Amino acid sequence: MNKIKCECGHVNPEGTVLCEACGKPIEGNQHITGNHKKKLLDMRYDGSARRSQTYNRSMIDKIWSFFSSVKVGIWLIVITLVASSIGTIFPQEEYIPEDAPFRDPSIFYEDRYGIFGKIYYQLGFHHLYSSWWYILLIALIGISLVICSLDRVIPLYKALKKQSPKRHKTFVERQRLFSETDHVTEQDKETLVKHLKQQRYKISEKDGHILAEKGRFSRWGPYVNHIGLIIILLAAILRFTPFMYSDASVSIREGETVSIPSTDGQYYIKNKKFTLEEYDEEDERFKASIEKSGNVAKNFQTDVIVYKAKGEAVPGSDPELEKYKEDKIQMNNPLKFDGITLYQRFYDLDEFKDMSFKLYEKDDKDQEAIGTFKVNLEDPKFEYSLPDGYKVKIDDYYPDYYFDEDDQTPQPRSDSTYPKNPAFIFKVYAPGEKEPEVSFAGIGKNIAASKDNQYKLGIVDFSTRDISTLTVRRDYTLPYFIIGAAIFMIGVIQGMYWYHRRVWIHPTEDGLLIAGHTNKNWHGLERDIEKAITDTSINMVEDQQEQE
Amino acid sequence: MGTAQLASLSGTMLFIAFLFYLVAVFFFGATIRDKHTTSDEKREKPGIAGNIGIVLTILGFLSQVTYFVTRWMASGHAPISNMFEYSTFFSMTITLGFIIIYLIYKTPVLGVFALPITIIIIGYASMFPSEISPITASLQSYWLPIHVSTVSLGQGLLSISFIAGLIYLVRQINQSVRNKKTTSLEIILFVIMIFLGFSVISLIFKSVGYEATFQHIQDEKQMETTYYMPAIAGPYEGELLSENAMEPWFDIPSWMHGKDAGRKFNTIIWSTLTGAVLYGVIRLFTRKRLGAFLQPFMQKVKPELLDEISYRSIAIGFPVFTLGGLIFASIWAQIAWDRFWGWDPKEVWALITWFFYAAFLHLRLSRGWHGEKSAWLAVVGFAIIMFNLIAVNLLLAGLHSYAS
Repeated sequence: MNKIKCECGHVNPEGTVLCEACGKPIEGNQHITGNHKKKLLDMRYDGSARRSQTYNRSMIDKIWSFFSSVKVGIWLIVITLVASSIGTIFPQEEYIPEDAPFRDPSIFYEDRYGIFGKIYYQLGFHHLYSSWWYILLIALIGISLVICSLDRVIPLYKALKKQSPKRHKTFVERQRLFSETDHVTEQDKETLVKHLKQQRYKISEKDGHILAEKGRFSRWGPYVNHIGLIIILLAAILRFTPFMYSDASVSIREGETVSIPSTDGQYYIKNKKFTLEEYDEEDERFKASIEKSGNVAKNFQTDVIVYKAKGEAVPGSDPELEKYKEDKIQMNNPLKFDGITLYQRFYDLDEFKDMSFKLYEKDDKDQEAIGTFKVNLEDPKFEYSLPDGYKVKIDDYYPDYYFDEDDQTPQPRSDSTYPKNPAFIFKVYAPGEKEPEVSFAGIGKNIAASKDNQYKLGIVDFSTRDISTLTVRRDYTLPYFIIGAAIFMIGVIQGMYWYHRRVWIHPTEDGLLIAGHTNKNWHGLERDIEKAITDTSINMVEDQQEQE
Repeated sequence: MGTAQLASLSGTMLFIAFLFYLVAVFFFGATIRDKHTTSDEKREKPGIAGNIGIVLTILGFLSQVTYFVTRWMASGHAPISNMFEYSTFFSMTITLGFIIIYLIYKTPVLGVFALPITIIIIGYASMFPSEISPITASLQSYWLPIHVSTVSLGQGLLSISFIAGLIYLVRQINQSVRNKKTTSLEIILFVIMIFLGFSVISLIFKSVGYEATFQHIQDEKQMETTYYMPAIAGPYEGELLSENAMEPWFDIPSWMHGKDAGRKFNTIIWSTLTGAVLYGVIRLFTRKRLGAFLQPFMQKVKPELLDEISYRSIAIGFPVFTLGGLIFASIWAQIAWDRFWGWDPKEVWALITWFFYAAFLHLRLSRGWHGEKSAWLAVVGFAIIMFNLIAVNLLLAGLHSYAS
């Protein structure tokens, strides 16, 4: 290390631009911040020796220099910004509308947005924010944050700690705010210092040279907020570990009890009741709006009971359950217990639970039942015995019936396995008849397969239930995000709402020089100095930048 | 007081606020020409006109606060749940941002631009349905007022940076020759005229009560759309149902999707036309570029001060915006939607806004990015905020699209 000794006697590390103690520009190092070309000194990081500006030999030096550059940091931010905006041109894949005719991304984008949609999909922009290159960009920003901060904060800390009130004349003259007064009485000087003290400046003195300083801690603001951001990025990495974060969802029909996923069968949950409430259309306050723009949901709510399994879970056998918690889950009001949070996510209204049919003779005007039977739609029996030897068999069951006309041979099909629109093909065995009659029955449909059918099947009753879908979340990373965000806010406020202001008073033969420096809000520093020199004959500082 | 009286009082107070702002603009305008306002060269003094201006602004602001409080009482929820309410609230926070910055720097010229922008935004808000509407379950949380008011205040402060930056550009750009800079500045001023045009033309057609209903097919569904301005661009293959209404000159192309795409596009056409007429009239009378016409009025304020106001507003607004737009937003999203971050377009654009101002703050560390370049950036930042407020809600659908 080639230490540099300044004429004031202070020994500076290699690469120092302004002497840490007296601020005299160190010869041969002025090119680093470009000071030699102009009058005003570059005061960034107080002219301290930064690693990135000093060493540039090995590979590590070069990488360090690259990431420590604010310019590189800004480029990374701008590239990420542009990339982020691209992701909003068309919806991301998780936001493909529910009612879109084709929800498969490979079809949706081209179908809806044409050739641009196709290109968007092929470039992978439909999951841009989880693409490797977007994550890489964020990671590079993280690296830049760490290196930028380390490169600056350590030398800056040292420089500010070692600064001396006694500054070199060149340093004082080459500050942005500067004035020279030829004749100043001792009394005026005392008034000046008194006024600065009144404004809560800390005064230090050496050989008649005075440094008034306040708000130095605001200089650490940027580094504090960068620490906050780094914690947030680390928390985001933690999220990829299943131990810290798990995400599942569970759909429960009213009355059902199911095991809560991702809890190893430890917890069970019962959906007692799902409620969807809308606003009262007669409500005086909202009447006009509801008439014009329609009603909106007031409340989504699932009343649940959470059970804990007793003892060790035995595979294949239902555990004994113990009631643990009875509560409600609403939008904006999740249920929390033992590190698990349950959120109200989706709902499905009126899924069929069971249906009752009656068998009657086609020609019977009163439609008097020969017999009735109930089909449990969740788990339908295939055969139903009716009185007097009648029998009904289910030949085919379509839980979510539609008639496929596009098929080569148009035929009934089921859109899903959920009983949303159940329909059946029944075979009716009358006593003594060998061949069954075939009948089709569903909601609002009752079709005989042949004109000769003697019997008909009619729906007598049905019951429905709602399905509530809950998100099951276990997230131990949240506290880290909260800590990171809190540190970021503290740092950003520390750096933005406070200012590091310094005023140097440099005695000359019969008068004095005043110089002022701040990291931001020059207007405020000027006002401070203006207040400090009232009732004295000292000249107000000039903003030398305006003259440059 | 019953809710009906409260609601009507609320509407009246908003109108009174509007009038206060309008009058205040003239007083701030008067300071530009008033030769007695600068007694000493060093420090500007706002003078009598400036003092009256700021008092009127504060009175207007208080009226608007009354509007806000009474509407809250009438509806039972914070009145920031739809586009009308959010836009009026945003105009209120811009005014608050202006008052804060004015009290620090005492520059009346800021008011000459800030208040008209407030007024235009109130005009913009009044084009959305203003009836008190019920609030959907997902918005029922105390985080609604906390999150929205903080974001909005942050955006209000950041907007002041735009205003200072714009004044800087008007004052500093050399208008003696026509070049890229003067053209860019004209484009910015022209866009402001389009917004003004939007308010003017909407008010005109609203006052005559124009309506035209179209039937058309969208996403394989039959729909009806009502236009409140004569249709220059009709819905794709739409059929006009109303009598005594103008037949559209052309239909929008089929690739324009989204709810009411035709009506929105038609509104853009009308606003642009009106803006162009306003701009054209000014140019015709002054025989100068608008920037060149405005330049002489901006000479009293020092450019360094404008630069500092612009930077300072960002320094003050950035933490507020971060807190409201990212942190509070995440906390609420975690409670309501089970995830604190979901890459919804509105969230992404809040992040983009944040990235942009973060880049701005870092650029201020570099040499050569003060003054004019910084002023251009302040304008771009505001464009991003407005894009998030208007375009994301109207064009890019997402969880936040409570606009209709």
